[in-house]
Amino acid sequence: MREHEDEWADLMRRGNAGDSGAYHRLLKAITPFLRAVTRQRLARAGQPVDQSEDIVQEILLAVHLKRHTWDADAPFSPWLFAIARNKLVDALRRRGRRIFVNIEDFTETIVSEPVAETVPATDVTAHLQGLPRRQRDVLLSIAVESISIRATAAKLAMSEGAVRVALHRGLANLAARLQKE
Amino acid sequence: MDTDHLLQGLATDNDHRERPVGSVLATALMIAAPVSLVMFFTTLGFRKDIATALHDPFFDLKFLVTTTVVISATAISIHLSRPEASLKGWKRLLLIPVGLLSFGIVSEMMMPQRLPWTTRLIGSNSKVCMTAIPLLSLPLLIASLVALRHGAPTRPALAGACAGLLSAGFAATLYASQCTDDSPLFVATWYPLAIGLVTAVGALAGSRWLRF
Repeated sequence: MREHEDEWADLMRRGNAGDSGAYHRLLKAITPFLRAVTRQRLARAGQPVDQSEDIVQEILLAVHLKRHTWDADAPFSPWLFAIARNKLVDALRRRGRRIFVNIEDFTETIVSEPVAETVPATDVTAHLQGLPRRQRDVLLSIAVESISIRATAAKLAMSEGAVRVALHRGLANLAARLQKE
Repeated sequence: MDTDHLLQGLATDNDHRERPVGSVLATALMIAAPVSLVMFFTTLGFRKDIATALHDPFFDLKFLVTTTVVISATAISIHLSRPEASLKGWKRLLLIPVGLLSFGIVSEMMMPQRLPWTTRLIGSNSKVCMTAIPLLSLPLLIASLVALRHGAPTRPALAGACAGLLSAGFAATLYASQCTDDSPLFVATWYPLAIGLVTAVGALAGSRWLRF
């Protein structure tokens, strides 16, 4: 996946500079790659591949919440691989297997055709129910219904600042709950 | 929730900016350091002859050693908060205090001494040293672990150990100003034992709390 390095690093830099569109494109670009690696690893560990989407979502949440640890002068792919590897090892350990993920798994993964989401993820949805009501409402409105921050604020009778805070806390909460399970 | 929906949520949250780990760690230490300072000055305080002691190169060497421990461990902690970080090269930073202390031991050996080396090594403050350094380092250890949770250490035990090392280094700097045992042999024996204890606690705490 080294060939995407410049493109990904550029999108990430623009995202960090405040270009949320570029950041969204980056997330969309890395997702099929993360999906392919996750499936490969699950298959090799003898685990059902249909759990892959839950792990992919967990990796994406970690990428998002830890993106300030990427040094804009350093290459992007090694950073992404390290986060993905950490989450994969963790997810597979929780599923009862102690496995080792080599960094070569990432560099050698070739996404010949975009891997689509087949079996939907269930973990995030399940943990969503356990979130404080405000955080859940904001997350559902912004993520699932694609309603803007301003419209969500009007709909839920909250300030835009409160919506932003609830969104971030909700995502951080989800990540923490996924890790604990 | 579909992954596309999740991405929509993450992209909308892009406005939320997290501070770099180094700056979070600096703030945390600035909050915790006064706690350790108060603990130190209410229980131990400077040794009475500190003004004359400052002219003794072996007294001064203790601070050189402990502050280089603090600086190296802090630098490594911040480095390890990046998920792709490798220790290669960074380990060498820790050789600076070791080198300084070895230099001190050799220098002392070459000078005429009133006391035999065993007496200098055992000293008279080892118990205080072994108690004070771990206790004084506690506030800093907690603060640095909280700060390092903002990072993404893929080697959490190692990152926790560095947090222990930097806290104990700071505590040892305080303790050194009270301790009347200035022989590098004493420093090379008891300080590492006390600092090692805190480092081990840090590693244990890190392996639990610094996972992400």
